[in-house]
Amino acid sequence: MSLEATAHGTHDEHLAHQFEDMPQQNDAYLVGMWAFLVTEIMFFGALFTAYMIYRFTYPHTFLDAHRELDVPLGAINTFVLLTSSLFVALGVRAAQLGNRKGVLLWLSLTLLCAFGFLGIKAVEYSHKFEHNLVPGSNFRYEGKLPTQPDRGLVDTPGVQRGLDAGGPMIGAVRLGSGQMQAQSVQMFFGLYFVMTGLHALHVIVGILVIGFAVLLVARRHKSVQYFMPIELIGLYWHFVDIVWIFLFPLFYLIPQG
Amino acid sequence: MSVQTATPGATEQPRTHYLNAGHTIASWLLTTDHKRIAILYMISITIAFFIGGAAAAMIRIELTSPTGVMLEHETYNKMFSMHGIVMIFLFLIPSIPAVLGNFLIPMMIGAKDLAFPRLNLLSWYLYMAGSILAVVAMITGGVDTGWTFYVPYSSVYANSNVVLVICGAFIVGFSSIATGINFIATIHKMRAPGLTWFRLPLFVWAHYATSIIIVLGTPVVAITLALVAVERLFHIGVFDPAQGGDPVLFQHLFWFYSHPAVYIMILPSMGVVSEMITCFSRRKPFGYNFIAFSSLAIAVFGFLVWGHHMFVSGQSVYLGIVFSVLSFVVAVPSAVKTFNWTATMYKGRIWFTAPMLYALGFIGLFTIGGLTGLFLAAMATDVHLHDTYFVIAHFHYIMVGGAIMGYMGGLHFWWPKMTGRMYPESWAKLAAGITFLGYNLTFFPQFIMGLQGMTRRYHYYPEEFQALNVLSSAGASILAVGYIIPLAYFLWSLWYGKKAGPNPWRAAGLEWMTDSPPITYNFEKTPIVTWEAYEYPENEEDDPLPDLDDEDQLLAVGSGEAPKR
Ligand code: HEM
Ligand SMILES: [Cu+2]
Repeated sequence: MSLEATAHGTHDEHLAHQFEDMPQQNDAYLVGMWAFLVTEIMFFGALFTAYMIYRFTYPHTFLDAHRELDVPLGAINTFVLLTSSLFVALGVRAAQLGNRKGVLLWLSLTLLCAFGFLGIKAVEYSHKFEHNLVPGSNFRYEGKLPTQPDRGLVDTPGVQRGLDAGGPMIGAVRLGSGQMQAQSVQMFFGLYFVMTGLHALHVIVGILVIGFAVLLVARRHKSVQYFMPIELIGLYWHFVDIVWIFLFPLFYLIPQG
Repeated sequence: MSVQTATPGATEQPRTHYLNAGHTIASWLLTTDHKRIAILYMISITIAFFIGGAAAAMIRIELTSPTGVMLEHETYNKMFSMHGIVMIFLFLIPSIPAVLGNFLIPMMIGAKDLAFPRLNLLSWYLYMAGSILAVVAMITGGVDTGWTFYVPYSSVYANSNVVLVICGAFIVGFSSIATGINFIATIHKMRAPGLTWFRLPLFVWAHYATSIIIVLGTPVVAITLALVAVERLFHIGVFDPAQGGDPVLFQHLFWFYSHPAVYIMILPSMGVVSEMITCFSRRKPFGYNFIAFSSLAIAVFGFLVWGHHMFVSGQSVYLGIVFSVLSFVVAVPSAVKTFNWTATMYKGRIWFTAPMLYALGFIGLFTIGGLTGLFLAAMATDVHLHDTYFVIAHFHYIMVGGAIMGYMGGLHFWWPKMTGRMYPESWAKLAAGITFLGYNLTFFPQFIMGLQGMTRRYHYYPEEFQALNVLSSAGASILAVGYIIPLAYFLWSLWYGKKAGPNPWRAAGLEWMTDSPPITYNFEKTPIVTWEAYEYPENEEDDPLPDLDDEDQLLAVGSGEAPKR
């Protein structure tokens, strides 16, 4: 009996060796991608949970701190990202129709938007650096501090908070609630940088993946001559977009009161 | 399918299989064959096991005297941290899925490979990169935080290599995620024609449930550990109480993964045991659906009980009560499995082979471990037992007694399939016995010590605990022998073991219907399944068991036989 099994007989050139036929391959790719996106949701989910808890613990501080963020720039970025999502959708459509030029055009436009997004993000970040709003030893906050104390910071007699009863300690110095608020402003920016930074990292990965796909499409590489790879990239990019749709209101548009 | 018979007179051609399909180092390091990747994992995981074991040996030696024997305080702390981190992240979590799961799942479902072979190879490289980083960081600088990395100690105070070790754990986490995604896509989409969900081997169900836990849980611990690292470097204050952060939040996020993680360790092992119990009782499993669904139930409920690790952390009492009640609920599906295995053996024709001994050991030890979990899940008793050796004994009964017994049993059971050779059966039975004995001698005294109040993670203790500690350390050395003997005869069998033939156990299941060792794409033709899972012949005459010492009898059963009715 030969090793060239009969199942290998009919061979679509895009069919990887481990699959029986194209529908099976496409389905497996989709299931794999969705499972991956679930891990991504859990990844960001943990951060959103942390954000929500502190948002409710320090509502007034977070409200004041968020005024340091640039809402117009954030809004422009939201618009840029939404547009890129449209482009990617058009690119996937073109791939399904087998329109190579279309795929090249729409994916290149997506790339352009992605770079635009990162550029604006870089401007925003550099402003934060200039104003010493990056957590670490250089952190200074000169903005307004809330007049009302946060629930999380009120010294309730008889209730233990932090490391010691009556208020958290740094070294041996007990913090007054003013200093404490400055600390939670720093936490606001900590979360801001971690969450938008992780998102930006996803944008960078997206740029690499889309850029690679554009190159392969331009060179008529066989692996991108059918629609599935482009469709998977599209799914990923929509996810990046959706995460930002949550980040933008949570950080930039904290509701008053 | 091929029956392994040579035409009389013709010179027998050496058959190609996955092991001799290529001999260069590159053909191994660049392989995308799931079976070769499983072997790569097996080698690296065995090394991790012995590194973790060496640390354990140091701990047990140190504890033979109430005032320590040879380690500095700090060295002791680094030693138990290294033991925990290596054993949990580098050994227990990947062991069965990455070795046996990788090797067997495609074969059990009649597929040529996993859905994403290159991702599979990548996951091994991630595992290696993360492990090497973590182990080197632990050897050169060490961490003294324990495997749980509790803040604020790990994020602010600990003066050690926390960031590097966390990076290692983070990378290994991605390797685990890649494996989980691969299994889910494979099990969903690549089953052979006719292989419906309810004809799947229970091993596959167990891995499916495990993969769900991996996909939902691992990212959470990854980001949590990453936050600790970022907090150490940039003082962002999320967990640091001095900055308004909340250390209890860390514990919530950490245990949200790490409780389900204990099921990542035990569920695959339960899958292995289900296979062995059915094969060596020569019976359909009692309540197939119950065993399959209990895996899913464990995966789902496992996510609701993390707070039972935090009864004394300062979380609210009401939360504690809820977690306590839910913890009792999650014990039910585990109990269901145990009852079903017992019922399967009842009236079965039990064949006492070495893998069966491991399976029986599993049931005994897992039962003790699970029942003591209930003591800990009850809030009132946990306040007394928390952070004592009772907890240590509880989770070792489950993780060493359960997960490792399953892994060892599975290795024996599928060794003939993986290598084409039998291991020496009587040595294996001896090793199984020694392991069981050494195991109980090591950990049972720890229950007593814990009840009497000996705390974990200290290396000085009141003198009255010395006798029990010496007993425990003596047990540990017996246990070590129980692991070294199999290492020796497994290696020996690669050259001198009897030829196994495709199906030495006369077992049901697609993996037994192809050559041992299997060919590169597993089957010469995709099998079509027309029979139910585990169809063992009803009466003894149809199902004569071979003498495992007789090579001719082993080879007599060819591959590719559909089960007889
Ligand atoms: C099924 C497999 C199980 C495994 C692998 C397992 C493993 C573990 C591990 C590793 C720990 C220690 C964590 C640490 O380092 O602090 C632990 C603690 C605990 N386990 Fe289990 N366990 C299992 C089943 C159960 C069950 C069924 C229950 C309850 C119904 C349970 C209840 C507990 C409790 C309450 C603790 C915390 C004790 C304390 O820290 O005070 N476990 N378990
Ligand atoms: Cu738990």
